[in-house]
Amino acid sequence: MGKMTIEELRKIRAQAKKTINLRDAKGKARITVHMGTCGIASGAREVMDALLKAIEDQGIQDILVTTSGCAGLCSHEPMATVEYQNSPPVKYVDLDAEKIVEVLLKHAVNGEIVKEYALAIGSEKMN
Amino acid sequence: MKEIALHIQDIAENSVRAGAGLLVIEIREETRADLVTVVIEDDGHGMDDDTVRKALNPFFTTKTVRRIGMGLSMFKQAALQADGRFDVDSAPGRGTRVEASFRLTHMDRQPLGNMAATIVALLMSNPDMDILYRHVRDEDVFVFDTRVIRQTLEDVPISEPGVLQFVRELISARQNLDE
Repeated sequence: MGKMTIEELRKIRAQAKKTINLRDAKGKARITVHMGTCGIASGAREVMDALLKAIEDQGIQDILVTTSGCAGLCSHEPMATVEYQNSPPVKYVDLDAEKIVEVLLKHAVNGEIVKEYALAIGSEKMN
Repeated sequence: MKEIALHIQDIAENSVRAGAGLLVIEIREETRADLVTVVIEDDGHGMDDDTVRKALNPFFTTKTVRRIGMGLSMFKQAALQADGRFDVDSAPGRGTRVEASFRLTHMDRQPLGNMAATIVALLMSNPDMDILYRHVRDEDVFVFDTRVIRQTLEDVPISEPGVLQFVRELISARQNLDE
């Protein structure tokens, strides 16, 4: 990797400006990674990092990524919530770097819920 | 927590909740003194003396989703187990300063870990907060300042994927930004 400069950042800015203008400000889907102490301790940062890298590497547009605190289900962290267009939000539990990329590509990009990792109503998993 | 960078990310979330406009993170590694010092300082709303005392108790939290709050107490434990010190200094309206030190070569000192991932995650979730990150290793000084990045970005948010990728590479390579 070469030396990075302000000049390089200027180029990135110009590129980003083009894509911002093209996309819908609301985004197609929103992914919220839970980043409380419990989330961080169980690997939420690796999950976040894998998610951001996949978005960067594959040039995915229209997906908003954000974070939240503890959701009160600490034993199921790392968790993330996906809100796809107008569908109800889905919470995914016990995630890792690979699972979140699968959730990104299937649910956030294509609108197809990944049932294996979802926390379904009334069926709290036992560890 | 397995690494110091994760503690930093966790403690920084408190600064976010305190409405900080600027977060200063400093890591100093001093080989001769056999010491690592981590300072996390914000200009958020701060805490009164009573809250500071309670904040170190793992059974205290200001949140309502659960009754425990372990962030600060775990960071303190990590410092003390590596023969270090831990101090929280805060006042309402003035902000909060957390300082933790560790014996550099102590067997139980946690590794520094991935600071690039910590900074990127913080910027992603709080694109409006400025971060000044200084990492000193003896004579070698690395400085990362979002205010410098923002000058060049103008109206483009710092949380843009391409920008975050640039930030990650910059910090991983510990390379100071210049013309």
